[in-house]
Amino acid sequence: MSRYIAQRLTWVAVVLWGVSALTFVILRLTPGDPAQILLGPVATAQDLARLRGELGLDKPLLVQYALWLAHVVRGDLGRSITLHRPVLEEVLRRFAATLVLTAGAVVLAFGPGIALGVVAARRPGRTADRLSTVVTIAGVSIPSFWLGMLLIILFSLRLGWLPGTGMYSPVGQGTIPDLLVHLVLPAVTLGVLPLAVIARVARTGMIEALRENYVTTARAKGLDEIAVTVRHAFRNTLVGIVTVLGLEMGFLLAGAVYVETVFSWPGVGLMLVNAILTRDFPLVQGAILLVATTYVLINLLTDLLYAYLDPRIRFG
Amino acid sequence: MEESPVVLGGPVSVVSARPVARVLAHLRRHPTVPCGVVIVVAIASLGMLAPLLPIAPPDLPRFSHRLAPPLSAGYLLGSDQLGRDILSRLIWGTRTSLAAGVSAALLALTVGSALGISAAYYGGRLDHFFMRAIDILMGFPEILLAIAIVAALGPGLTHAMLGVALANVPFYARGMRGAVLLLRANEFVESARAAGATDLRIIARHLMPNIVAPMVVFVSLNIGWMITETAGLSFIGLGAQPPTPDWGTMLADGRTVITVAPHVATGPGVMIFLAVLALNVLGEGLREVLDPRAR
Repeated sequence: MSRYIAQRLTWVAVVLWGVSALTFVILRLTPGDPAQILLGPVATAQDLARLRGELGLDKPLLVQYALWLAHVVRGDLGRSITLHRPVLEEVLRRFAATLVLTAGAVVLAFGPGIALGVVAARRPGRTADRLSTVVTIAGVSIPSFWLGMLLIILFSLRLGWLPGTGMYSPVGQGTIPDLLVHLVLPAVTLGVLPLAVIARVARTGMIEALRENYVTTARAKGLDEIAVTVRHAFRNTLVGIVTVLGLEMGFLLAGAVYVETVFSWPGVGLMLVNAILTRDFPLVQGAILLVATTYVLINLLTDLLYAYLDPRIRFG
Repeated sequence: MEESPVVLGGPVSVVSARPVARVLAHLRRHPTVPCGVVIVVAIASLGMLAPLLPIAPPDLPRFSHRLAPPLSAGYLLGSDQLGRDILSRLIWGTRTSLAAGVSAALLALTVGSALGISAAYYGGRLDHFFMRAIDILMGFPEILLAIAIVAALGPGLTHAMLGVALANVPFYARGMRGAVLLLRANEFVESARAAGATDLRIIARHLMPNIVAPMVVFVSLNIGWMITETAGLSFIGLGAQPPTPDWGTMLADGRTVITVAPHVATGPGVMIFLAVLALNVLGEGLREVLDPRAR
């Protein structure tokens, strides 16, 4: 196992280096002079030349990348042009809001997704299975940015049950119950896609598991169907579900951008979109780097968990 | 020479003795697939026939008719905050949204296939280099990579389409590489090489026909996602720009008046959902017909 972990860590280091290089290059390809963007249209030629020198923009691209990376590894992602604050501080603050939203979506998707898949797998082709198929195909087809608006219209505007924007009430004290009430609609919106995917994986895995010899043996031993389903078939399906859950979590971090826009949720996605539209490139770079790094690390954890749960992976 | 067609994941025969009969039998078992075909064809036809239909110009503002509700005189689906006919914008938006999604899928397929096929066929250092580069690209969540590309190029429909296409290239490249790796060791490839065929001819005449099936399945399952992603980029202001009629921008317009006129967002939302749902149903159907493992 330790050899497998060492291999994965080495490869993750390479991917993270690639992610940093690509983030740097993509933003350097942007038309326009970063010094001009930072100082605005009224800057003099001397000011521009001085800032270029200070930022190292007059140096070769490779040197610029090395300087930028040296700052990044020390936690210095520069200062936001529009917010006039350190990028890391702002990105981390926003990222916490995105993590809350993503965690809410995963919690809402995990249980119902598994339940739907398991119930469907018990009797393939019957009503429950057909219902599960409809839910899963609709779940992967409905755009989150429209579903969010539908939920706002129904539960916020028509019924008045739940708030439709923000993370806390403007006049509140920022309490946990206030946060949870605001979290329901965005988390449901974001959670529909992973719910559909988990249900699908659970259904497929359970159908396969229920056909295995060990399940027939368990039945022959006289175990009741619930014990066979839960203790024998489901435990083996769980490996696949955990893997999908890990992948979906990484995907949701970036996918939250649409949901955050619909619900004005103050997460890193909404910040990224605003930063792009206002050409605040240090903030764009910081947000992309942080989300991509987290995605890589979640994938690493998923791989390790998968290898831990399924020895065939690490010894394969 | 007879070559056995493959699908992603394994060399299996996709052409049985009576393919038409099998497809018809499959359609009888899955009546949702013809429904998907009908909806896709209907939506695509609507978009193509937009210039011929008796509808108002999509960009014509009539401020005296702002936010007219559905079924108003002259506005079957109502009007938006500038008094533009929602039905007309929906139909014209179909052209933009479908064209962007389909173009993104075709571009991703072309670039991804070229990379995947050449990596698998030539192997060695080229394969190693391409696959490591693809691993790094896959270090980004797909949507984030598309957004990063749009951030670099600037907002706009073409840039959004390019961003979505390039963000999907790694998936196509990996899929096609897998399919060709399974074929490369087959005797018919060795025979063609022994007969003096050039690499290009082997790829074009012997490998490509055998990976058409997985390509079709891959695109059909992915194209709905591409449409959603390009519409999503337009929705957050990074794709199509006003006044271009596009489902994503229409939804963004609808969001600003959601409290007073929910109907503005309903039409484009339904259209995206229907188009993607139909394409997914169709993709699943094709997968079951073309991929024996799915049956």
